[in-house]
Amino acid sequence: MTALYPDTEALTARERGALNLYLLSALGLFILLMAFGLTMRLAQSAWIAIAPNVFYQIMTAHGAGMVGTVGLASSAVMWFFLRKYVRLSLPIFVANYVFFMSGAALLLAATFIGKFGGAWTFLYPLPVHSMGLWSINAAAVFMLGYLLIGVGFLLFYLDAMFAIIRVYGNLGRALGLQWLFGGTIDKAHPGTVVASTMVIVVNSLGILGGAVVLVMSLINAYASDFVLDALFTKNLIYFFGHVFVNSSIYMAVIGVYELLPRYTGRPWSVSRPFLWAWAANTVLVLIVFPHHLLMDFAMPRWAMVIGQIASHAEGLPVFAVVAYGALTNIYRSGLGWRMPAMLAVLAMFGWAAGIVPAVIDGTISVNRVMHNTLWVPGHFHFYLLLGVLPMLLAFMYHLIGERADSPDSGRDRLGLAVYLLGGLTFVFMFLAGGHASVPRRYAVHVPEWMPYDQVAAIGAVLVVTAMLLFATRISRGLLKALPESHRSLNR
Amino acid sequence: MTLQDKVWFITLVGIGGVALIFLYVIGQAGRSAEAVRIQRRADAVRRWFFLALLALGVGVTAATLAPFPIPNQHTAKQAPQVVKVVGHQWAWQLSSGPIKAGVPVEFQVTSADVNHGFGIYDGSGRLLAQTQAMPGITNRLVHTFTQPGKYRVLCLEYCGMIHHGMRVEFDVVGTMGGQP
Repeated sequence: MTALYPDTEALTARERGALNLYLLSALGLFILLMAFGLTMRLAQSAWIAIAPNVFYQIMTAHGAGMVGTVGLASSAVMWFFLRKYVRLSLPIFVANYVFFMSGAALLLAATFIGKFGGAWTFLYPLPVHSMGLWSINAAAVFMLGYLLIGVGFLLFYLDAMFAIIRVYGNLGRALGLQWLFGGTIDKAHPGTVVASTMVIVVNSLGILGGAVVLVMSLINAYASDFVLDALFTKNLIYFFGHVFVNSSIYMAVIGVYELLPRYTGRPWSVSRPFLWAWAANTVLVLIVFPHHLLMDFAMPRWAMVIGQIASHAEGLPVFAVVAYGALTNIYRSGLGWRMPAMLAVLAMFGWAAGIVPAVIDGTISVNRVMHNTLWVPGHFHFYLLLGVLPMLLAFMYHLIGERADSPDSGRDRLGLAVYLLGGLTFVFMFLAGGHASVPRRYAVHVPEWMPYDQVAAIGAVLVVTAMLLFATRISRGLLKALPESHRSLNR
Repeated sequence: MTLQDKVWFITLVGIGGVALIFLYVIGQAGRSAEAVRIQRRADAVRRWFFLALLALGVGVTAATLAPFPIPNQHTAKQAPQVVKVVGHQWAWQLSSGPIKAGVPVEFQVTSADVNHGFGIYDGSGRLLAQTQAMPGITNRLVHTFTQPGKYRVLCLEYCGMIHHGMRVEFDVVGTMGGQP
């Protein structure tokens, strides 16, 4: 049975400094961006008044910021656990952080100084067709911000890729492909390596796709003769966006794979279904993006069919392997409910439950009446707010477990209850709004839509309150010195 | 029961089912049992669970893709009525002429500037159908209105500052004496 805090995970002072930079920045950004989200729901409720252009700037910053910040925090989880098995470069890990923060600064400057409000998806040609609301330069700064973030992540993935290849020979062996059809599986083969390899493969391609569309869009911004194909750019944007967000989930779930067995006292070893699930996901995550384009009737029919089938198929590994594996791991395990374990189980629930409305929306005939209604933020907030964020919080609560004062206090547990109540209220109001055909991304709502907004705003207040508590507790824990008895673990 | 109602019902049942399974396992987590025995049983159950999900997936695919729910974009006119639609920042331009209820209508949808979403809402505010309006591309949406009355078009793809105000109304008339 693995110790809660094994020696192999001990951090040098520099490593701890770098990890703290990631996590403290992510916590600060999460709170800021959640406040943006709350502001939008309050505005839609007509409880506060903000100009539509400001609403759309906030919406742009919220979307771009959340996607990036979830990626940043998730990459910290992957780095923390993967470095046990392969040799990762600390300077490159730090470089990713520097690129990210520089990119984030550009995104915020573009939205709040340059007044860019083209949404995080920057669908061509909106960035260069603002009707005078923002300049070409503001759009370019926004896209440069994305490029910087992408460069940082790509460096991180390349370093991890070479490190994995040095140990395992090639990416296929790291993924465990040699055991898909037979052979004796090495039970010591780390699930973290399998998951990291999958993420490296898909997100390197995703980021490259994003880089292509960003560079094309930047050229178009200053050379209008260089006209882009709107449908092609849309494909590239959703390919990049979908893969990036999915990769963040898969990086964050590494923490659950590593930590849950320590709290249950039961191993969670790789198995053939596990390896099949990750191999299948490597393909599915890359080909599923057309489900964002099901209402683009000009798309080839085969692409739409792939979009629907891959959407449905993507639920299989999550339900039948990851969530099922977590439930098997805790079932009659004698689990003591500490904060990391509670958060990890909540995360598995949020992910699995959030997939239900997502998979249904991936059906073309359903998409016809649900696409771009509040149903869409309903399902992705479900698995991000109640899935991925609890995964990240579980990791952070675990980290501070050996140093913070009573990280399992009644206050923390109350915070978790408030978070769950607020989160469920918030996401169900999105889904209910989608059921009532309320369009997404509207700065102004008509009175009959407002009850959903108002209840959601109350839910958002609860979530932000709980998150403030979590962030305070975790930040204090991260910055506190290790107790004397644990210092021998530090290198 | 509208399609939205069915989707809402299935979603609530699905999420409720996931929640119940989690609550059951959480309720059992405090007890102890031999890990190997639990794993063996779980593996056996998983085979059936996986097969059930697979069968469900195959059934849903067959039921929802045939006939294909999106009209062929490459054949000649597919409905007796045609309405040309152009999205502009921030207004809809629809070719004139009444639309008859009970008779299929083909909306030929494009955009003069950025991406828009052409969403048709009925008088009660329910979304009936949609397609994207894109520059340089014409998407063809075929719909049959079952009831005469006033319908609204809202924009369902974010297109800039007045995205929320980009709406227009049109009338659907009965073919005889106000009846479809």
